Amino acid sequence: MTTQPTGAASFDLMRTRIDAHRREKFRASLLGIAIFAGLFALASWWTDFGITPLIDGLPKLGDYIAKLFSTPVSQSSSERIPVVSLTHLFGDWDTKQSLLYWFYNIGTFLRLIVDTVAMAVLATLMGFSIAFVLSFPASYNLSPHGAIVWTCRRFLELLRSVPDLVFALFFVFCYGIGPLAGILAMGLHSAGALGKLFSELNENASPRPAEGITAVGGDWFEKIRYAIVPQVLPGFLSYGLLRFEINVRSSAIIGVVGAGGIGEELKKVINFNRYEDISAVIILIVLLVVLIDTLSGYLRQRLIRDARVI
Amino acid sequence: MLVIDNVTRRFGDKAAVAGARIEIPVGSMVGVIGRSGAGKSTLLRMINRLIDPSEGRILFEGADVTAMRGGELRNWRSRAAMIFQQFNLVNRLDVLTNVLTGRLNHVPLWRSLTKTFTDAERTLALRALERLGIAEVALQRADTLSGGQQQRVAIARTLMQEPRIILADEPIASLDPLNAKVVMDALRDINQRDGITVISNLHTLDTARHYCDRIVGMANGHVVFDGAPAELDDAVVRQIYGTDGAPLDERITSTAIIPGRQYATA
Repeated sequence: MTTQPTGAASFDLMRTRIDAHRREKFRASLLGIAIFAGLFALASWWTDFGITPLIDGLPKLGDYIAKLFSTPVSQSSSERIPVVSLTHLFGDWDTKQSLLYWFYNIGTFLRLIVDTVAMAVLATLMGFSIAFVLSFPASYNLSPHGAIVWTCRRFLELLRSVPDLVFALFFVFCYGIGPLAGILAMGLHSAGALGKLFSELNENASPRPAEGITAVGGDWFEKIRYAIVPQVLPGFLSYGLLRFEINVRSSAIIGVVGAGGIGEELKKVINFNRYEDISAVIILIVLLVVLIDTLSGYLRQRLIRDARVI
Repeated sequence: MLVIDNVTRRFGDKAAVAGARIEIPVGSMVGVIGRSGAGKSTLLRMINRLIDPSEGRILFEGADVTAMRGGELRNWRSRAAMIFQQFNLVNRLDVLTNVLTGRLNHVPLWRSLTKTFTDAERTLALRALERLGIAEVALQRADTLSGGQQQRVAIARTLMQEPRIILADEPIASLDPLNAKVVMDALRDINQRDGITVISNLHTLDTARHYCDRIVGMANGHVVFDGAPAELDDAVVRQIYGTDGAPLDERITSTAIIPGRQYATA
């Protein structure tokens, strides 16, 4: 059988080795901390980031809030800075600085909010589908050939590295102003981002079921369908929902370059200096994002816990 | 007749299997024994072609298994069914679907990708589960089952393949003694009633003696014994388990615990 070193000599030898091992690990930790601290110091120095300006500016934040509540409505500056005050916040349609005054155009805004969500839905579905198909050939453990992995990965990287805003500029040029450009832009960027995450999930999937399906005589498609997809689908859906949240935020902004949705309206009201409209649109966007995030967070929790998903 | 003709498999410089020659007639129940790393698993996986041999050929009824490609290879895999130590089921699928995957090679691609199985196939799958005494778990997810149940699901899956050979790679190494007995009984029953050749890697010598009508002993990649259980004497056991001439009580290879007795573990 195996020869085991016995006696005091080997015990002492191992003691020495364990001590050396511990010193080694301690040195590695020190090095890690030093690298982190060094990077922090370098970046702070370069950007003039520091504690002092941070503290110096802090009182002004209080001033801003104080002014919000104290500036009289009659003053001319009230047209520029929204002034929040209980006396007129809940006033009627004609009271300046009231919620109703800001939202006089609520019908248009709500239709645009629905547009925005619909754009995000389409873009996410498009991105999910492309990423789903490409993620399997882009995984080292599944791809039939290394060259295919390389090609798929570079393609996904290309889609991912171009921001959706840049894609949107390009598609507005091709297809004109409107939601189509925004959907395509966010869809392609989502495909790149999701494809990367999906292929990582694929590579972490257990190889045992795959070996089982190969051993019964299943081909590549059957291996993916029966051994990999059931393992990774909950993760795919969870990442898909996360991407949907991101796309909702994105589609609220992407309209700024003319790609449809509430962003287009935001840009318009900014250009025309309609401050009450700006307040209304921004409040709506914040509400929408909070709502979508909460909803999708809840769904993702369910996905992780629920065993019925494939 | 399955012929393993001078098969070698190298991983780097090391030969996991070196020049193995074995002939196995249809309907045999063969146990392959040896220490961990002796090459048992590599040998079995080469028969199903999960691993390709570096040299030599494997023939089944005259056809060269080692030369098969594509659809022909998948047909062969379907006929040489595999059972694994870790069961290799799809945990997130229900038991019935796991058993139905045994039919994948017989089903057109559009049906397998849409998980469309016929009534006849479902009936067959349920029969297989019933035969192994676990029909009632058909709709449970595979990972909710005990190890013994999972291995029986894996055996039901092989039955769906209508195989000529069942290759069992350490089928009971992860199971408690009672479940191990259930699984080995099932394999012997399939061997005797259906006439399917069973080749099984086993850790425990007493299991091999009890269930198999032929034992192949491997050590360091070489086949060092091939014969009936009765021919397996002390000298051969020492050679297989490599005790360097020291006496070896073969019960140390067993998982069965005999109370009140202690034996040296060399």
